[in-house]
Amino acid sequence: MAEIRVIAGDAQTAAAAPKRHLISIEDLNHEIVERLLATARNFSRSLEREMKKLPTLRGRTIVNLVYESSTRTASSFELAAKRLSADVMTLRASGSSVEKGESLRDTIRTLTAYQPDVIVIRHVQIGAPKLIAETTSAHVVNAGDGKHQHPTQALLDLYTMQEALGHLAGLQVAIVGDVLHSRVARSLVQALNLVDASTICIGPPALIPRGFEQIGCEVSSDISRIETADVVYVLRMQQERIAAGENFVPSLREYSARWGISPKRLRPGQVVMHPGPINRGVEIDPRVADSPGSLIEAQVRSGLVVRMAVLYDLLTQGPVSLAPTVNMNEVA
Amino acid sequence: MIEQADDLERIALIGIQTRGVPIAERLRALIAERTGHIVDLGIIDITFYRDDVQVRGGEAPLHPQPVVRATSLDFPLEGKTCILVDDVLYTGRTIRAAIEALFDYGRPERVQLAVLIDRGHRELPIRPDYVGKNLPTSRRESIQVRLTEVDGEDAVLLIPALLEEVEQDG
Repeated sequence: MAEIRVIAGDAQTAAAAPKRHLISIEDLNHEIVERLLATARNFSRSLEREMKKLPTLRGRTIVNLVYESSTRTASSFELAAKRLSADVMTLRASGSSVEKGESLRDTIRTLTAYQPDVIVIRHVQIGAPKLIAETTSAHVVNAGDGKHQHPTQALLDLYTMQEALGHLAGLQVAIVGDVLHSRVARSLVQALNLVDASTICIGPPALIPRGFEQIGCEVSSDISRIETADVVYVLRMQQERIAAGENFVPSLREYSARWGISPKRLRPGQVVMHPGPINRGVEIDPRVADSPGSLIEAQVRSGLVVRMAVLYDLLTQGPVSLAPTVNMNEVA
Repeated sequence: MIEQADDLERIALIGIQTRGVPIAERLRALIAERTGHIVDLGIIDITFYRDDVQVRGGEAPLHPQPVVRATSLDFPLEGKTCILVDDVLYTGRTIRAAIEALFDYGRPERVQLAVLIDRGHRELPIRPDYVGKNLPTSRRESIQVRLTEVDGEDAVLLIPALLEEVEQDG
């Protein structure tokens, strides 16, 4: 039967091709990012109500696999799924069959028996989300894989910037700190490029990967260059790595003195972000973290609505164009 | 509507996105013109309440999902008579979703329905309280309401079933 859908007014945000998975920011384009942010904004309105739950994903099953420690990401994915009425299970590596030596592939095979619609995975190994995408029929969301990607963090950061500053295009963002070990930095630089914002990564030379500018940012070891930035994005100093004897910086004290974000390094009007968890007094001065210019708490709130938007978008395949379409194959 | 209302203070018009919204605005202007009373106006988006958000194993949803639009209800619904306003009443599924959405915002005293066009073919026990025009149609036809605010003109188009034409021509 011929299908005629004629609602011309709805066509202005015509949809891009739907995505089955969210594994890397590289898989997205400007249009999808805009759509996700707009959907997240709508979800934020529903969270202002007394009745915070939406029936949208009723009956869907979401498995949240946490193979690497995580508070914010795991909890916000779980709450996002619950707010959308999906059934969600959060499985942590500790206390599961992983401790008994079960391989990732076998765990996934077992879980597939429950026919999950979405598998959210946080794993230390780069490429784990891709492996799962190849072995199941579920939609896969990467909640952080090793040093590789953390796409939902980058999206929630964009959302936070847009809400706080009103726009993204033309923004200057300075990412400061341990870029080398940071999946957040990589995803964020790529995401900012998609929305026409510019990035400069600043940190000790030993903590900036060689050739990082090739993903589309400036690189510098001069901390004073944060001056022109609209947003100062502070990365976590990964203390556990220094404790393990890797000497990327002489000492945390020295790092803090040279690269730490203190009130006197900032100019009025600059906002500060941090993906958490923060090391107070190391990469960020507590007075900065708790100042009105700090968006750190806003980032946590954004995490919920952005993850709701990601789950919604994957499961509905995004809004398809409602422009006049006549299915010519069936007519012919 | 004015006749039916005991107390215009307690009436709220709720436009359903997209084309219910300008119709609700026009109704409000008409009520204001005749009674001098400006009734509350809300906007509701039912995207997250649709019953056809259906995907498993990568299949397409039953229908393309519309772009999500804003909901704005900034007055308490308690004690109000909420009149849902939409352009075309067809299966009734949009209205079901709108009622569900409305109840997540509060507990109105009464919910009524006003539509510009009632084209029949209900799939749910839903009946409008106020109808602009009854327009009996075939399921194969499609009705398109065009409004100046959205489409640049005011018109109601009855679009015939294309398949039948093609078959007859061919």
